Amino acid sequence: MAYKIEKASEIADNIFEFWIKAPHVSKNAQAGQFVVIRIDEKGERIPLTISAAKDDLIRIVFMAVGKTTKFLSSLKEGESVLDVAGPLGQPGELKKWGNCVLIGGGVGIACLPILAKALKEQGNQVTGIIGARNENLLLLSDELEQDCDELVICTDDGSRGFHGFPADILKKKLEDEKIDCVWIIGPAIMMKITSMATIPSKTKTFVSLNPIMVDGTGMCGSCRVSVGGETKFACVDGPEFDAHLVDWDELMNRQRIYPSQEKESLDNFNEHHHHCRCGEHHHE
Amino acid sequence: MSKRDAAERILDFLEVDEGLSEVNAVLEATRCMECVRPACVKGCPVNIDIPGFISAIAKQDFKKAAEIIKSDNMLPAICGRVCPQETQCEGKCVLGVKEKPVRIGALERFIADWERKNEIVTPKTKKPTGKRIAVVGSGPAGITAAAELSRSGHSVTIFESLHAPGGVLTYGIPSFRLPKDIVKTEIDQVLSLGAELKLNHIVGRSVSVDNFLAYDAVFLGTGAGLPSFMGIEGENLNGVYSANEFLTRVNLMHADRFPDYDTPVLKGQKVAVVGGGNVAMDSARVARRMGAEVYLIYRRREEDLPAREAEVANAVEEGISFYCCANPVRIIGGPSVTGIECVRMNMGVLDESKRPCPVPMTGDDAKFTLDVDVVVEAIGQSPNPLLVSLIPSLKRGKRGNVIVDENGQTSIPNVFAGGDIATGAATVIEAMGNAKKASSAINEYLNQ
Ligand SMILES: Cc1cc2nc3c(=O)[nH]c(=O)nc-3n(C[C@H](O)[C@H](O)[C@H](O)COP(=O)(O)OP(=O)(O)OC[C@H]3O[C@@H](n4cnc5c(N)ncnc54)[C@H](O)[C@@H]3O)c2cc1C
Ligand SMILES: Cc1cc2nc3c(=O)[nH]c(=O)nc-3n(C[C@H](O)[C@H](O)[C@H](O)COP(=O)(O)OP(=O)(O)OC[C@H]3O[C@@H](n4cnc5c(N)ncnc54)[C@H](O)[C@@H]3O)c2cc1C
Ligand code: SF4
Ligand code: SF4
Ligand code: FES
Repeated sequence: MAYKIEKASEIADNIFEFWIKAPHVSKNAQAGQFVVIRIDEKGERIPLTISAAKDDLIRIVFMAVGKTTKFLSSLKEGESVLDVAGPLGQPGELKKWGNCVLIGGGVGIACLPILAKALKEQGNQVTGIIGARNENLLLLSDELEQDCDELVICTDDGSRGFHGFPADILKKKLEDEKIDCVWIIGPAIMMKITSMATIPSKTKTFVSLNPIMVDGTGMCGSCRVSVGGETKFACVDGPEFDAHLVDWDELMNRQRIYPSQEKESLDNFNEHHHHCRCGEHHHE
Repeated sequence: MSKRDAAERILDFLEVDEGLSEVNAVLEATRCMECVRPACVKGCPVNIDIPGFISAIAKQDFKKAAEIIKSDNMLPAICGRVCPQETQCEGKCVLGVKEKPVRIGALERFIADWERKNEIVTPKTKKPTGKRIAVVGSGPAGITAAAELSRSGHSVTIFESLHAPGGVLTYGIPSFRLPKDIVKTEIDQVLSLGAELKLNHIVGRSVSVDNFLAYDAVFLGTGAGLPSFMGIEGENLNGVYSANEFLTRVNLMHADRFPDYDTPVLKGQKVAVVGGGNVAMDSARVARRMGAEVYLIYRRREEDLPAREAEVANAVEEGISFYCCANPVRIIGGPSVTGIECVRMNMGVLDESKRPCPVPMTGDDAKFTLDVDVVVEAIGQSPNPLLVSLIPSLKRGKRGNVIVDENGQTSIPNVFAGGDIATGAATVIEAMGNAKKASSAINEYLNQ
């Protein structure tokens, strides 16, 4: 079974938005869940967050960082991926919290729209804070303007919006108003540092963890993370967890199990890109 | 049976056992006494007419032998290879009392392999009943239920969460014991009876519990896929795998052929495998084939190893070093594994399994450390909680297994279950036996 890419575009530097036809996922997807994608017979299974779902389509937004995401980004509208499994993981805790703040860093911004919509539906006040290194790496800001009651944009270099980090805005907000729940989604290091801001006030804070996965269904334990001193499987117990209980150093170590293999794979891909299987139907 | 030489076979993932030749199969078949009340049949969880198919082999009517087997077992090439025959059919064969039992498993495999090369025998199906049945999981339990229910004329949909069918047959058991093209052929045959297979569909997630329970009947064959970990220090270091992960990376994702295939695995220079069952043997032998020196750590004595004797012998031949009466207490390293610390075990009083209960030694010599860069834990799996935990009214036992009656019916009338989800980790043929029983119970239930 193949799943067709109905729409493909590059929405920021090296960041791609795909709409893929996968009714079994789109009809059941909830905020906080993800899919596992395998491009072809030789491909790796990689997890990607469901950024939106509409009719028969799901949206994924990804950064081309290694072999699989580079290969994925090279696919065109009308082409297909071999496997899309999902929706996987526990949905986020979507209820009436009151005043919610959603923070997205880098490609993690892609996870916010579906979450913002769901929280609004529950009657929450939703503030979005998004941050990236520079304006060319920002994404989905127009959409989030619609989805959130308020949206704050930050860049590390000041090229757009507030000159600084989302954590600075969050700290200020925590001083000024009562915040009931915070979501922080982005690279592990960003989630670790940003979530420190809510420790003093003990504000409930969720993060979406991204360890290396294989099946995504709780069968292998590749995705295990330590939360509150207990081992959890991020793919079935999460991916969202209480930020203040996460063993961040362990997570970051476990994201780097295969650096040499990832490099070899990417080098191979870059070298053979035009002769390899992805090019077969164009060249041979 | 001809077994390939250990020195040759550790260099590849091709089958170890090359099976019986035609001449030897016919010779072996003539040993069977065609007992009137065959004990062997009672030992087979799907009750194959064993003397029947063996006598057809003796008469060199291989097609008839295939038809006889197929009427009770749609996966004979698989069972002939992986059934623990010594405790099942062959364990009961009367010839086993004085000499060796008839090699029923090898004969079954011979016929299945012959059938694959010559003509495929497909059992007949009944006319459509118009009933819709959902089968969850495409392991041996799910596939067997799908075969039986399709043959009864029902419209069957199999949901499988992975991208390939077969369950443990595909992701767990390595190809040197069970070649994957064989698994594919036998599953394709079952599908040819009319069942529809939906891959990448996680029931409970891609199919809501309500939609799923709305089928006329459902069969749960979701297996025992939840890996256990020891709970010792250092377990989350880089290089520590569950057997499930290690085997899945290699068998399902072909990490042994990285970078041709994209999924990596740490092959390790020195690999410690913890456990003593078939899963541990498989993990050790996979690690060996990827070039590592392999240590198998088991807490009881060598004679207590729960793995099949033949597989232990294979592992020994392939150069796996056994550290019996030892148990890991700590995995050393950071961020990657550099060693495993173990404690020697004394054998204490007999426990309920009639084996001595292992007790850690104390004192200076009690502990030893092995330098390793990969650790694989093969200490057991429990029933897969993903779907069953989403159905609160489904009664479950202490170990998380779904509780069924002798017909495989659960606490919800139209829900039946079988295989590892009901029994806890067991065997391929028991899963198939459960599924057959449940399928006839489903037929009865639908006729009410
Ligand atoms: C629940 C979850 C949701 C995610 N959502 C998104 C998303 O919406 N957008 C996005 O761009 N990225 C997302 N990621 C990360 C994404 O899965 C990785 O970027 C991708 O797997 C990298 O594959 P690669 O071959 O391109 O890169 P590689 O060169 O193989 O790896 C680059 C880095 O990605 C991580 N990685 C590699 N393989 C895997 C794997 N099988 N599973 C998880 N991580 C892996 C590793 O930490 C590695 O260091 C998510 C991860 C998880 C666990
Ligand atoms: C490494 C290893 C070696 C073994 N060797 C032998 C041997 O030599 N001989 C022997 O007889 N037995 C052996 N066993 C045991 C045997 O494989 C199992 O007892 C048997 O596979 C159980 O079959 P099953 O159909 O119940 O479950 P499984 O084979 O586990 O299949 C369950 C399937 O259900 C799918 N699934 C789970 N949840 C869902 C869901 N919610 N939606 C959709 N799909 C779902 C899973 O992905 C899986 O494919 C071995 C086991 C292992 C792990
Ligand atoms: S299916 Fe297994 S137990 Fe039954 S006859 Fe064949 S080998 Fe023996
Ligand atoms: S018990 Fe042994 S000898 Fe008797 S029918 Fe079965 S296989 Fe043949
Ligand atoms: S990815 Fe395999 S258990 Fe989570």
